[in-house]
Amino acid sequence: MSDIAHDEQLHESTGIETRKLAMWIFLSSEFMFFGALISNYLLFKGRVGYPEPYPSEMFDIPFTSVSSFVLLMSSLTMVLADHAIHRDDQRATRTWIVATALLGMVFLSGQAFEFTEFVLHDPPMTLSTNPAASAFFTLTGFHGMHVLIGVIMLLTLAGTSFRKGRLSTATGLNLESVALYWHFVDIIWIVIFTVVYLIK
Amino acid sequence: MASTAAPASTIFRRPKQTSGWMSWLTTVDHKKIGIMYGYSAFFFFILGGLEALILRLQLAGPNGTVLDANEYNAMFTMHGTTMIFLFVMPVGAAFFNYMMPLMIGARDVAFPRLNALSFWIFIFGGIFLYSSFLFGTTGPPAGGNLPGGATDASWLGSTINGGWFMYQPNAGPRFSTGTVLDFGAIGLQILGLASLISAVNFIATIFNMRAKGMKLLRMPVFVWMTLVVAFLLLFSLPIIAVALFMVTFDRQLGTLFFDTFQGGDAILWQHLFWLFGHPEVYILILPAMGIVSETLPVFSRKPLFGYPAVVFAGAAIGFLGFGVWAHHMFASGITPVAQAAFGLATMTIAVPTGIKIFNWMGTMWMGKIKFTTPMLFSLGFVALFVIGGLSGVTHSIVPADWQQTDTYYIVAHFHYVLFGGAIFGIFAGLYYWFPKLTGRMLSEKLGKLHFWLMFIGMNLTFGPMHWLGLQGMVRRTWKYPEEYNFGTWNMVVTVGAYTIALSILVFMINWVRSKRKGVESGMDPWDARTIEWSIPNPTPEWNFGVNPEVQALDDWWHRKYDENEEGRPVRKAEADATIAQFHDQGVNPPSPIHLPSPSYFPFLAGAAFLAIGYGVVYHTRGWGLPLLAFGVILLLSSMIGWSLEPLEEDHEEVHA
Ligand code: HEM
Ligand SMILES: [Cu+2]
Repeated sequence: MSDIAHDEQLHESTGIETRKLAMWIFLSSEFMFFGALISNYLLFKGRVGYPEPYPSEMFDIPFTSVSSFVLLMSSLTMVLADHAIHRDDQRATRTWIVATALLGMVFLSGQAFEFTEFVLHDPPMTLSTNPAASAFFTLTGFHGMHVLIGVIMLLTLAGTSFRKGRLSTATGLNLESVALYWHFVDIIWIVIFTVVYLIK
Repeated sequence: MASTAAPASTIFRRPKQTSGWMSWLTTVDHKKIGIMYGYSAFFFFILGGLEALILRLQLAGPNGTVLDANEYNAMFTMHGTTMIFLFVMPVGAAFFNYMMPLMIGARDVAFPRLNALSFWIFIFGGIFLYSSFLFGTTGPPAGGNLPGGATDASWLGSTINGGWFMYQPNAGPRFSTGTVLDFGAIGLQILGLASLISAVNFIATIFNMRAKGMKLLRMPVFVWMTLVVAFLLLFSLPIIAVALFMVTFDRQLGTLFFDTFQGGDAILWQHLFWLFGHPEVYILILPAMGIVSETLPVFSRKPLFGYPAVVFAGAAIGFLGFGVWAHHMFASGITPVAQAAFGLATMTIAVPTGIKIFNWMGTMWMGKIKFTTPMLFSLGFVALFVIGGLSGVTHSIVPADWQQTDTYYIVAHFHYVLFGGAIFGIFAGLYYWFPKLTGRMLSEKLGKLHFWLMFIGMNLTFGPMHWLGLQGMVRRTWKYPEEYNFGTWNMVVTVGAYTIALSILVFMINWVRSKRKGVESGMDPWDARTIEWSIPNPTPEWNFGVNPEVQALDDWWHRKYDENEEGRPVRKAEADATIAQFHDQGVNPPSPIHLPSPSYFPFLAGAAFLAIGYGVVYHTRGWGLPLLAFGVILLLSSMIGWSLEPLEEDHEEVHA
């Protein structure tokens, strides 16, 4: 992603750094993606009369609240990383990036645990139990994928930070756009958690 | 041309080739990528055209025996899918790629390597889709109690066959076993990803890389249409992506989204599909509208009439396009209230479309029209698009639509829009901008022959389909009986189709000959208005020798012309000197220019999608999952390699 058409006279007509702008644009598309997945879930969750169990009967709200909290905290560490890079403190930046990635992985493990519980439950809830279950796994699964991709981007950032000057250069995978992505994934999770888990 | 010394050995050394096939594989230059998009799209146009010719051979007379039912389904599905996803969309991308940066005065797009990536994903997606001819299998419905689900299909019938709309649950696992629809769903998914990436790239480019002084309302209409199309892609592709994932999961993982026996929802598929599908038709037509808005003023020797209105109408079409999807579903059992609402909403789209047509007419009004080949194609576009638009309005009237749905009247309508509209616009653009690629002109003589053959052929082919449809000839039928008396007009239609084919042949001859021996074009052969003509032809590697500054809409024109008291253009005394000066700057940049370096990784990352695609289709076979894993690893490692490429070589220096 060190990819900008580069020459000295390059100017940014909007005043927003181009990689950041591109990330905003991309994320507006992601809104439609998750919007469609969330509507699917809302459409199917009301279709009763198919084999049990339904996702709403399975949720462990306290457990998911904790892992949601972990994900929220990762937004905080991401902000701290952003602060550190602005102070040009490479060490601190790297530390906060790794912390963010770790929190993301904790969240993912929570999700893996949750899915396993559902599948091992008696009777089990799998992708093909009923359409609501299909929609639930698809929605939360795709969110998990997004977190995973975020973790990979963070680890790549952490890796590149060992090469001198990489993190603060004008080119290269940049912290600010990864941060945008990460906050977006967090916000979407808040929506999913509220709409899917909390609202009856 | 010299380059700065490469740093000491690194596995991520950037490639350097500037010629030979390796340079095409690794290029990140928007012009080369545009050319590759163009040639590959044209290749698929030929394939889609051959499929259409086979369809028309089958339907030329009653009780055709060229194809059986399954082969017919396969042919029209492949034809429609090819024309839409592998021809019109990528050829649009070709124009966007080549022309848009030149028209806004940029050296390249915002993310050149991402641009190469989207091209390679498109190519491998197309290969994947077409490989279903070799590897696809059709099967009987699960349970095997429906007749006709042939398992012994010929190779013609072994490709995707569910219609380009892949209606559910017919295209789901219950009614379509075998792998062809997996190829369809996954292939479209890959192609969609390619378009999404370039949409992000183009929007970022247009927002951030305009030349100094190029305010939004000084951008050429074509750039505006690029922007609108990119936004349409950005908001509609995620929806079809979700829908295609749902199909793939239904087919591969046993989810129940569209299985109506177990609580799934077939109408949901239609909502998701058309929520994408309707904006898609504007994705196909707006580039052509943009091209025509460039050519009509140039060849009428007048500025575009009502430029802001044309721009806002384009944006409005894009915006409204998201509110009318259910007009494709009047016959699907949605409620009368929904039908009325969507019928009304659909008619409102006629308003901005009408504004555009009015403005094009206004542009030509009292103009000094030059009937060059690009002008003829533009006029053809306007005429045919009006016919297609009018028959489109009749679909927004619900009871009329019930009569017309699934008859040849619909086939006539959308071919007037897509062939008469999109394709005539595309050819106008090819003739108009050919000098930018080659420094030569396409032959006007052959061009005019091409135009008239195609114009006549087009009307012979799709005109009679209106009456055939109103007389009750249904679409997606592989034959019709003698008694219906459809034979005569169908023969006319088939003759028309082969006339079109002939015209395309003329075009190809013209292209190949003119590329080598055409008249040299010089810098500004059409005496044009926009800044892509202020640089030499063929376009130098660095586009602009000096970053341009723009002072007005139609900046290049104003450098050459003044207006007298009556508002008529008067050529400035120094116009020729201006042109010479710009030419000189273009050929000999006064200061060194840095261009982005080539890269191996976009190609590798694109190729990964081929492995991923086959991995998903065949995940139940022993080698399926390993192949999938290989694809994912290849993708990840090329992305990582990508982000580790040495920075130093970003500063490849190009001297004149
Ligand atoms: C030589 C020119 C062409 C001919 C003779 C032709 C002919 C046909 C025929 C016979 C069908 C099948 C109708 C049916 O059975 O329902 C068809 C379908 C279709 N055509 Fe064309 N066509 C041509 C060009 C194009 C172009 C340029 C496009 C788009 C840019 C296009 C888009 C489609 C689509 C979307 C379908 C519907 C496929 C489906 O129902 O899945 N065609 N065409
Ligand atoms: Cu529509």
